[in-house]
Amino acid sequence: MANNVCLGRECGKNTRFWMLLALGGLVMLGTLSAFFYLEHHGHIMTGMNNQIVWGLPHVFAVFLIVAASGVLNVASIGSVFGKKLYKARAPLSGLLALAMLAGGLAVLVLDLGRPDRLIVAMTHYNFKSIFAWNMIFYNGFFAIVGLYLITLMDHKLKPWSKPVGLLAFLWRLALTTATGSIFGFLVARAGYNSALYAPMFIIYSFAYGLAAFLVVQSVMYKWNNIAMDERILSRMKNLLAVFVAAGLYFTVVLHLTNMYFAKQWEFERFLLAGDNIYTTLFWLGQVFIGGIVPLLMLFSPNAAKNPAIVFLAALLVLVGGHAQMYVTIVGGQAFPLDLFPGYAQTSSFFDGEVHSYSPSIWELMLGLGGIATAFLITTVAVRVLKFLPQDDFKEIELETKEG
Amino acid sequence: MNEPKRPESNLENGDRRSFLAASAAVAGSAVAPGVLLYGIAQAKPAEEAVTDKVRWGMLVDTTKCATGCTDCVTACNTENGLSGKTGPQDSQWIRKVDIKNLQTGAQHTLPMMCQHCEHPPCVDVCPTGASFKRADGIVLVDRHICIGCRYCMMACPYKARSFVHEPLTEQNPEVPRGKGCVESCTFCVQRVDRDQSPACVEACDKAGHKAMVFGDLNNPESDVAKAVKAYATTEVRGDLRLNTGVRYQGI
Repeated sequence: MANNVCLGRECGKNTRFWMLLALGGLVMLGTLSAFFYLEHHGHIMTGMNNQIVWGLPHVFAVFLIVAASGVLNVASIGSVFGKKLYKARAPLSGLLALAMLAGGLAVLVLDLGRPDRLIVAMTHYNFKSIFAWNMIFYNGFFAIVGLYLITLMDHKLKPWSKPVGLLAFLWRLALTTATGSIFGFLVARAGYNSALYAPMFIIYSFAYGLAAFLVVQSVMYKWNNIAMDERILSRMKNLLAVFVAAGLYFTVVLHLTNMYFAKQWEFERFLLAGDNIYTTLFWLGQVFIGGIVPLLMLFSPNAAKNPAIVFLAALLVLVGGHAQMYVTIVGGQAFPLDLFPGYAQTSSFFDGEVHSYSPSIWELMLGLGGIATAFLITTVAVRVLKFLPQDDFKEIELETKEG
Repeated sequence: MNEPKRPESNLENGDRRSFLAASAAVAGSAVAPGVLLYGIAQAKPAEEAVTDKVRWGMLVDTTKCATGCTDCVTACNTENGLSGKTGPQDSQWIRKVDIKNLQTGAQHTLPMMCQHCEHPPCVDVCPTGASFKRADGIVLVDRHICIGCRYCMMACPYKARSFVHEPLTEQNPEVPRGKGCVESCTFCVQRVDRDQSPACVEACDKAGHKAMVFGDLNNPESDVAKAVKAYATTEVRGDLRLNTGVRYQGI
């Protein structure tokens, strides 16, 4: 049973643990090499340019940040809404939230033009900038979720876990609102400039976060040879399905709204029916692989009995999430700004044409460093502390009957 | 009582009056040109802060802007130490845009650069405040606190900003630039502060096109203020209500 699982150093499997660390360390080594290489030569070595200013690193970074806030949802359902099944998973949820946020922020910082000025970013705030607010939310998230983890793990502080959990829940909603608004507040670009980005990113975060949680949980259970309880799996996979469906709903509303406005037709045609990578990534990646296929898998009759199906569906949601971020971030910039509506435009600065972007290996290495950071933090933390979900099956049975 | 006449004292008074008048005239003539010139030129010593009494602006007459002419671009590159290369990763502070009306086929060519908005989105979004607007309306980047996040480039409706992608050499000491920072047209602030017009405007005049007029929009006597009052002018992306400092005529 889960309660008897040995997690400490004394329980063996040392070689496999060190191999995991080595794997993560190797990726991090690549990331740091890429960082120093770019720091020395400049962004000229990347595929990013003056048209596509945010590229592959930002896809990974924003995905991780959004998923980080979403993965905390598991804890919130437990602490704020009192569901025992999720409460048992609150420590792992909090840990993943911190690890993924650290990973996402690491990529963002390593990609800065002047990463050496990180201290400037922490000491100079323009409070009209949603980006500045994000920095406050990210730092606060570390503090609040860290405190929340302490209240969960220290028996004396346990009564505090509910109010601190509530604060963490509200904080994460604000954080994702701010992250979505980074795009929502871009008034001039056809692909952004919509209040929908804030709630849409929250819904995406629910799906990506829960998917990430399910993937990690599956691996941990497998690692410790624990069979996943059918009732737990059933409830969690249904919740993931609801989040994925809600994400698709918001996507549909965003594009339907755009299609209603004549001024947005060109952009929608470009994104939804264009001859470009973004159209492919949207339909094949975001909608099909990240939406429809996981939904079919999660609602398939055997899903609750077969953890592999849920694991695979969650993995596909994560893949689709990266596709969505690529479409949103890069696709939104690739479509040219319309300076003179009703006019064809040409210039030496690529006005009026779809901007091209070919990510370099350095950007990929930066981006993967975010995942590696989250991976390393999680691997070490679950090794030294008790993060494996400890279920009280009697209570789950009661909850299942009630619910 | 009859006061005795004192012709001497009258004489003294008269001398004093004329002395005071002469002194006032000398002092006045010494100060007046300075006061007058200050009023006209609004020139200021280097240590004096810029003032919002001035709003620098520009009017581009697209009917005078010549197709194929890139003198303004060349002058900008020379003045500000830009390479003049036009790859996707190269900086371009000013560019010539050719536009063609999709309905009527009417064609225009015009220079496009930072529009020095009154409400600049780049300044709004900059997390550190590195993007800022001077009191006189010139939008600049503080190279000391720009962290190179490029959010301002995402926000600028005019694609006016460039990111320095590689190390730079042989810079103009008056125009510091640097790898990893964002930059854009400064209205040649170093020239403006010396009461000169931006390099692009000077080059356009020299080429005989006189398509660009630069000056203080707040001064009703300036050429640019008179022109924007006399002619129908357009703000690019006027729908955004940014109140740009650069306006266009003929489109």
